[in-house]
Amino acid sequence: MYKTPCSRLSGFVGVSVKQKLAQNVPRCNQIARSLIQLHRREPSNWLTYQHLNFLKRQYVSKNTGELHQRAIPKQAPALIIVDERDDSIERQVERIPTINPAATDAAPQPEDGTHKPQTEFSHLKPTAENAAVQNVSASCKAGSPDEPPHVQVETEEEKQARLDRQWKQLKVDRADLPDIYARLSKIKLTALVVTTAAAGFAMAPVPFDPIIFFVSSLGTGLASCAANSINQYFEMPFDSNMNRTKNRPLVRGQISPLHAVSFALACGVPGVALLTLAVNPLTGFLGALNIFLYTCCYTPLKRLSITNTWVGAVVGAIPPVMGWTAATGCLEPGALLLGGFLYSWQFPHFNALSWNLREDYSRGGYRMMSVTHPTMCKRVALRHSLGLIGLSTLAPVLDVTTWTFPIISLPINLYISYLAFRFYHKGDRSSARKLFFCSLWHLPMLLLLALTCKKYSRNQEGATLPAASLPLTLPAN
Amino acid sequence: MAARTAAAAGRSSCRSFCPSSLRLSAAVGSSRLCTQVAQKDKLVKRSAYRPEPSSTHDWVGPPNPLSNLRPIVYHIPENETELEKRLRNLRQETEDWNHNFWAKQNITFSKEKEAFIISQLKAKGLTLRDEDGRRRSLSSEEMAVFYKSFLDKNRLRHANYNKEWYRRNFTITLLMARVTLNSVWRTVSERDSSKKNGTPTS
Repeated sequence: MYKTPCSRLSGFVGVSVKQKLAQNVPRCNQIARSLIQLHRREPSNWLTYQHLNFLKRQYVSKNTGELHQRAIPKQAPALIIVDERDDSIERQVERIPTINPAATDAAPQPEDGTHKPQTEFSHLKPTAENAAVQNVSASCKAGSPDEPPHVQVETEEEKQARLDRQWKQLKVDRADLPDIYARLSKIKLTALVVTTAAAGFAMAPVPFDPIIFFVSSLGTGLASCAANSINQYFEMPFDSNMNRTKNRPLVRGQISPLHAVSFALACGVPGVALLTLAVNPLTGFLGALNIFLYTCCYTPLKRLSITNTWVGAVVGAIPPVMGWTAATGCLEPGALLLGGFLYSWQFPHFNALSWNLREDYSRGGYRMMSVTHPTMCKRVALRHSLGLIGLSTLAPVLDVTTWTFPIISLPINLYISYLAFRFYHKGDRSSARKLFFCSLWHLPMLLLLALTCKKYSRNQEGATLPAASLPLTLPAN
Repeated sequence: MAARTAAAAGRSSCRSFCPSSLRLSAAVGSSRLCTQVAQKDKLVKRSAYRPEPSSTHDWVGPPNPLSNLRPIVYHIPENETELEKRLRNLRQETEDWNHNFWAKQNITFSKEKEAFIISQLKAKGLTLRDEDGRRRSLSSEEMAVFYKSFLDKNRLRHANYNKEWYRRNFTITLLMARVTLNSVWRTVSERDSSKKNGTPTS
């Protein structure tokens, strides 16, 4: 029942992190197994430890890896890595079994002619499904214990026994709660959202106030946790059917839906209240708006129309705006510009990501551009990559950064545009993957460069500021 | 069926080792599943084994291979109230409905995917298997045509499922909240009344 690593890392936590993890997958398996023996818990609970193990590794890698920022979630199912390694780890990973109707792989069963298909399947087309029944019944452990060949009986029974052991009582152990909550709130994604908000705060042209910074980051984090939990609460059956999201707490039945909603309320209400009361009402309003947009607009829209991507891009753009308004208290063009960066960045990022997940989306019933309007998907990605160049040029015009910024950010912007262009023309898996990975480091680099080029003096002459701050306008090298 | 109940009886002894130490403070989502429900659900077969419902906690099983959803055996507390019974039935019914939808969805998807691959290969004049005996597969661009058509065909069905799922989810959660509040209230008032009874009469 091993699960592919980093279930919910929708590209945010550096897929490079996951690359490392991907390579370490077999080792992790062994580590997990040794953990089982060490621990006194039942073996059927080892998934938790494996997961904890992975979380630990992910955190460690994250600290040593680059900073990857990502805005509030879009259902960005990642895991191009899963696709790449499908063949090699098929045996280890419990993939969602694809039901094979033609079942040409099934070895001819000796009892084919004599064995009556299970009654359950008699409702389905029996003739075409006969072989399928054999396959599926084998995996279903639909138990008629009197299968003739001995070998098969044992396999059936073993499988049956193994699966019977997997019935667990829905008892929430206090010790498990932190892990469950971390997964419920998509803690890594939340961390990245908080980072983008922090970047927004840092870019605001006001003296840095550490207390407000901390409070606003905390509030943003809590709001993000709430939004993510509600998202998982809504999407439980869909998550069960996608490889990447199979291990979420609600899908696995580790907590009840009411528990998840209570957790969301317990995070969301204090978070928004903190933002409203301790920071300023505008930031609180933006936080609440973002939660609403994400849970009530983006999440349902994912299954109804492709406009979900645009809504998701707005959801991602709001945290830096929140950071800025937390610092300055008002909505300025600079804030909107930062939001614009995140908004435009979402498209090459998400469109490239979703390109390789079309089968999962189709089966799960998600309406994404990559499936329904592939040409538009590529075009939009290219358009917004080019738009990033335009936005970078707009930054000094709005007095957010100096004129150095568009110049030094030109190389990375051109590179991502080049990859988007290739994606537009070739439109294959590898170009999509390249574009996606580029987007992962592109955003942090961009924000970092913007930070180093931050314009500290609003006044062109800088007369009101002490002379000591003037050198700060040059990038600190 | 006899085999199943026998297996269940044999295994229920194994289950008793789990002490219900951490009782959920509010008997959330109480429901006892009657095995008759499983029998009613003939269309898409679920796992043959289901543990007996306990009185304190739900049982959560392994994911069903067809629908990838986990079956739950809801627990039935002693003195189950009307509300709790309603909740349990609703949850069970939703679970069955969900399972049917997804099983059907997955099966249909696989079937249509196979049919598509075969028809495409035929159109290209290729056999299903290549020289090594391995199955030929289409490129992702070719498959994308199928994915798009699958989504478009099932658009209305998905939209309806969505609406229904959200409605049921909300109802279940609200009911759960009511049950929880009720049982908390009951516990509190029982404790109060037992305190009153416990005080020595003078």
